[in-house]
Amino acid sequence: MSTDSSHRASHFDTAEQQREAGKLGMWIFLATEIMVFGAVFTGYIVYRMQFPRAFALASDHLNLLIGGINTGVLLTSSLTMALAVHAAQVNLQRRLVLCLSLTALLGTLFMVLKGVEYYLDYRENLVPGLAFQPSEWFSAETRPEHVELFLVFYYVLTGLHAIHLTIGIVILLLLTVRAKQGRFSPAYYTPVEVFGLYWHFVDVVWIFLLPLLYLVATRTSLV
Amino acid sequence: MSEKVISPGVYFIVYGALLLLTLLTVGVSFVDLGRWHLIVGLGIAAAKGALVILIFMHAWYSARLTWIMFAGGLFWFAILVAFTLSDYLTRSLLAY
Repeated sequence: MSTDSSHRASHFDTAEQQREAGKLGMWIFLATEIMVFGAVFTGYIVYRMQFPRAFALASDHLNLLIGGINTGVLLTSSLTMALAVHAAQVNLQRRLVLCLSLTALLGTLFMVLKGVEYYLDYRENLVPGLAFQPSEWFSAETRPEHVELFLVFYYVLTGLHAIHLTIGIVILLLLTVRAKQGRFSPAYYTPVEVFGLYWHFVDVVWIFLLPLLYLVATRTSLV
Repeated sequence: MSEKVISPGVYFIVYGALLLLTLLTVGVSFVDLGRWHLIVGLGIAAAKGALVILIFMHAWYSARLTWIMFAGGLFWFAILVAFTLSDYLTRSLLAY
């Protein structure tokens, strides 16, 4: 197995210092990620304040059943990711491989369910420019173009989130292969730990997307 | 700082709390809370997010520098929102 010095780059004094630097780098990256999502969130806030009725009406048409189940799927994947880091810390090699594979599987399940949801949205005429009937949305309080605006935010936010998840799944598969080769040990598991931070962050983004997209106003039905 | 190993039991308890909060936020969304709707929704999301960040991401046991980095990200986001809204919310005050 690996020793302390074999993983330490020469510009670090100790393996501990190297590990902390790696983690800090990921936290800084996540701070920039807050800004990536934050820009879209800010646009969302501005338009929701201008067209609250249209946002509330359109939100009620989104599929809360799939959105809710997907929240559970993603939270479960965060649990298996946390357990993967723990397995690396206590050198349970087979459990590490299992937890990493499970996390990738749950991430994929989320993407499949999201795909099903997009298709159902399409069937429900909720895709501006592709399947959308302006006449269905005319009322005294709302205008169809404002409903479309909410739906565009829905696709941009969930799409941006899905891109992050896809990148995460690819990295998870690479980590699983390396874990199978026995590359990680209590002395060196920084890639697992640092990737875990990214995965949990993507989970946190979804935690906020649930109320902001699916629960804008009092729901009248689950789907 | 040496690494703190959190036992799987803690992760499972946090996971259970996260699932319960998810059921709560979905369930309560069918109740007409009026203006409290947004506050309750975001409040529950903030509680869930805090659990994930503090326990799953080990922020609770991390170096102070980690906290500064993440708080910095949130602070810059707050600047973005505050300055944007200071424009949009005050436009109607101007007589054109």
